[in-house]
Amino acid sequence: MLNGIPINFYIMLSAVLFIIGVVGVMARRNAIIIFMCIELMLNAVNLLLVAFSTLHNDANGQVFVFFIMAVAAAEVAVGLAILSMVYRNFKTIDIDLLSRLKN
Amino acid sequence: MLGYTITQWLFGILSFLAIMFALMVVFTRNPVNSVLYLVLTFFCIAGHYLLLNAQFLAVVHIVVYAGAIMVLFLFIIMLMNLNADTEPRKHIATRLIAGTIGGMLLFVMVGALKGSEQLQLVHGGSSQIGLVKNLGKVLFSEFLFPFEIASILLLAALVGAIMIGKRDTNINSKETINN
Repeated sequence: MLNGIPINFYIMLSAVLFIIGVVGVMARRNAIIIFMCIELMLNAVNLLLVAFSTLHNDANGQVFVFFIMAVAAAEVAVGLAILSMVYRNFKTIDIDLLSRLKN
Repeated sequence: MLGYTITQWLFGILSFLAIMFALMVVFTRNPVNSVLYLVLTFFCIAGHYLLLNAQFLAVVHIVVYAGAIMVLFLFIIMLMNLNADTEPRKHIATRLIAGTIGGMLLFVMVGALKGSEQLQLVHGGSSQIGLVKNLGKVLFSEFLFPFEIASILLLAALVGAIMIGKRDTNINSKETINN
């Protein structure tokens, strides 16, 4: 129990958030929305790491979350730069169209 | 209140809001609204961190995600002038299949994780590891080397983003010469 909340509730919440991210990646065509859904999946995992870190009274999980945030920031910076360059060249960020534009 | 403590009420409300806002991120047509709903989802997750007594991570989460990353997303979306009219939609069959696969994945995960960790009587509210002082001690003693590597990673990402985002002047000048 964490303040009277069973850890299973956190596991279920993280699983639901992760699945919403997965469905978003599969169901949307806008590349930026897909990026945002990947962020959502990362955050579901972060939440579970923090919950288990608090449950076991171990600081390593929270340090990992800190590093995941740093890597996510770097990933978003590079990814959005690539997307803006793709948009500048092709005038679209629809991934179904972009898959046909390779040459 | 119905036998639940205030923490349990907060957990329920924050979980409900987080899931609702996450669903709105996926199902809203307008990308700008999608970004705003994602910001609200991140605030709910920060509230969860506060409930878990991880105050440092809650603050860092709001500063990094809501403050920096989502502003970057919003900036790019406004730069590209995207809205609901220009939003491409997948075929209805593809979306149905995506929903089905997601539901099946959720079913499998819930089934697999159901009895994974039995209820343990660890008092999370009284744990002090999430405070800035204790986390800083761990970060700067045990994880000092990864911390420095992370700074190099951020520098590399910064340089890479500038190099990728820069307009390629060589190609443009060649094209103008050929024209």
